[in-house]
Amino acid sequence: MRRALALFVVLAIALSVSTARAAPRIAVGSKAFAESWILGDALALLAGASADVEHRKSLGGTEIAYQALRTGAIDVYPEYTGTIGEVILASPDRPSTEEMRQRLATDGVLMSDPLGFNDGYAIAVTVATATSRGLRTLSDLARHPELKMGFSHEFLGRADGWPGLSRRYGMTNGEVRGIQHELAYEALATGKIDATDIYTTDAQIRALSLVLLADDRAFFRRYDAVLLYRADLPARASDAFHAMERLVGAVDDARMMRANARVVLDKVGSLQAAEELVSPILGTGSRLESRSVAREIAVNVWRHLELVGLSLFAAILVGVPLGILATRARILSAVTLSGAAIVQTIPSLALLAFLIPLLGIGAVPALVALFLYSLLPIVESTYVGLTSIPRELLDASEALGLTRRAQLLKVALPMASPAILSGIKTSAVINVGTATIAALVGAEGLGKPILEGIALRDTRQILQGALPAALLSLGVRWGFSLVEKIVVPPGLRLRHPDG
Amino acid sequence: MLAGASLVVPSHRSVALIGPSGCGKSTLLRVAIGLVRPDEGSVRLGDVVMTADTRRAIRLRTGYVIQDGGLFPHLTAEQNVALVARHVGWAAPRIATRIAELSGLTGIDPGMLARYPVQLSGGQRQRVGIMRALMLDPDLLLMDEPLAALDPVMRSRLQRDLHALFARLDKTVLIVTHDMGEAAYLGHEVAIMQGGRVLQQGPFEDLAQRPASPFVTEFIRAQRPPWSEPLSAAPEARS
Repeated sequence: MRRALALFVVLAIALSVSTARAAPRIAVGSKAFAESWILGDALALLAGASADVEHRKSLGGTEIAYQALRTGAIDVYPEYTGTIGEVILASPDRPSTEEMRQRLATDGVLMSDPLGFNDGYAIAVTVATATSRGLRTLSDLARHPELKMGFSHEFLGRADGWPGLSRRYGMTNGEVRGIQHELAYEALATGKIDATDIYTTDAQIRALSLVLLADDRAFFRRYDAVLLYRADLPARASDAFHAMERLVGAVDDARMMRANARVVLDKVGSLQAAEELVSPILGTGSRLESRSVAREIAVNVWRHLELVGLSLFAAILVGVPLGILATRARILSAVTLSGAAIVQTIPSLALLAFLIPLLGIGAVPALVALFLYSLLPIVESTYVGLTSIPRELLDASEALGLTRRAQLLKVALPMASPAILSGIKTSAVINVGTATIAALVGAEGLGKPILEGIALRDTRQILQGALPAALLSLGVRWGFSLVEKIVVPPGLRLRHPDG
Repeated sequence: MLAGASLVVPSHRSVALIGPSGCGKSTLLRVAIGLVRPDEGSVRLGDVVMTADTRRAIRLRTGYVIQDGGLFPHLTAEQNVALVARHVGWAAPRIATRIAELSGLTGIDPGMLARYPVQLSGGQRQRVGIMRALMLDPDLLLMDEPLAALDPVMRSRLQRDLHALFARLDKTVLIVTHDMGEAAYLGHEVAIMQGGRVLQQGPFEDLAQRPASPFVTEFIRAQRPPWSEPLSAAPEARS
């Protein structure tokens, strides 16, 4: 027990030391898609010369990324003007740049000038279609109602998608159908559809030589890429900040598209793509080496085990005493058991989002969330294990003259050990699964390749996380049956030879 | 449960406490070991009155045996017997010597002591339970229906062994039973309880010949072994 406690303390210190070194320290954030990773890696590369930079990759959505920025868990991340207006400021109309700056400033957040590219909606047709029908603009497209449209379901549903577009341009195309985004390229190439919606920096545009029709009536909202950063950043790390600012005005649509294609089509990794993107800016070659796949998996498995192990250990230290306490008084059992049960009902994503303002992003909120989830099975199994010991045996342990402490340590807890252990096992298995969610708040682990794989629609990458996670959960089960053999007294497992 | 029950167990004597179900005999025993706190009155061992401070000391001077031995399933027979001695700091050689002594006394094959309770028969479990109670050489032995869970053969064998043990150890014993034959055999005195009080206490012959109340008479008669009144009324025996 004492040794285990010491181990915990050492691990906790190691964890905090690894997150606290010399200044200036900058945390760059990115959201969970290739373009954001590339820009995040590019920022980290640029700032890396004059600061200690950490890239918190793949934060699980705009809300989480912005919260992280607002609360100081990250210092800067790439965002889009359209998203700022629509999601962060939740503004129904399109705020001007000036309005955006003012409203962001109230959160202590500043916005850079545009990086140079717009990642918004556009309508794409093949070169062949564009030439044969003479299409250059959306107004040209409106004059050809015979063309077959295939749109993503989201585009068909959004007011700033097809409904608004067709009204603005007076489009009367007879054939408009919903199609999955990945299938749309194939459908375009084979002529099943003639036009589809696309993001303006989509890697497929180059690969399939698609033509984007000009939005001559300015219908589509602009998604100009900008940097959002904390107001104190320029003063706190001015060299690094100015280095990152060199991205402003330096990345046009074509460049971004090429970088996206490197990751999405060539599968080279976002760091490599970022190096290629910034090398003309820096005028140097690549400076960071990326990890091999095997090493990447090993690191993720290790981080995952750290998350699961630390949170489980803390949950045992707290949960078993809580379970014991619950047996001492009815009011305590009601409070602890229902308290732990309530935590269990909070969806993991909601719990993480709730913890970010309190604990920032990274391993800490993930550990706390996993700890809270581990608590109920352990408290409950301890309580059930202790209360199902026959009354007369508890009486006997008292009547023999054992002290209260000895009654608990020598009799009650060993007798409850199979139940307690099965509760711990349940928590561990749940934790191995839940810990993958931790990637959404920037904690490393097996969730990272899963999240990135989903964003890239790359099954191999998803399996790099999912497969080890599945094996890990089997391993945890197997490991616990071994622990059971060692910890549970044989007298509780044996049967009388006569039945 | 109890209504002014009062019981004195003279030292070096055994008293068998008997009465119908629910009369409070087990409760009285639990009061004696401090598992139940009386609303009024007190428990005294020798000249020590049981209080929060003396309770544990009194328990260490008392052996407690319950039905089926009350052994802890996670410990071997030997660990069960040695549990409290270890707890109070006896050295290993002293424990080993005492266990060897007790296994002879209670008729347990020392080879059985490495087994877990589930691996023992009911009789063996009860003998180990008695060993555990005697481990610290207590002044007082409290037994709560120790033989109730045993089959008749095992039971009568253990009754004989207990009888010999009581005679040999010369301990103060309070044994709860619901069997008048067992009470008369194992107790120097028998105490009959009803409705939470002790109706009469004394040697069995006294109770049988000078019952203090009609209930005592009725209880003793009801417990007479069936074979003492054969079915002679039957007109003809079938063959």
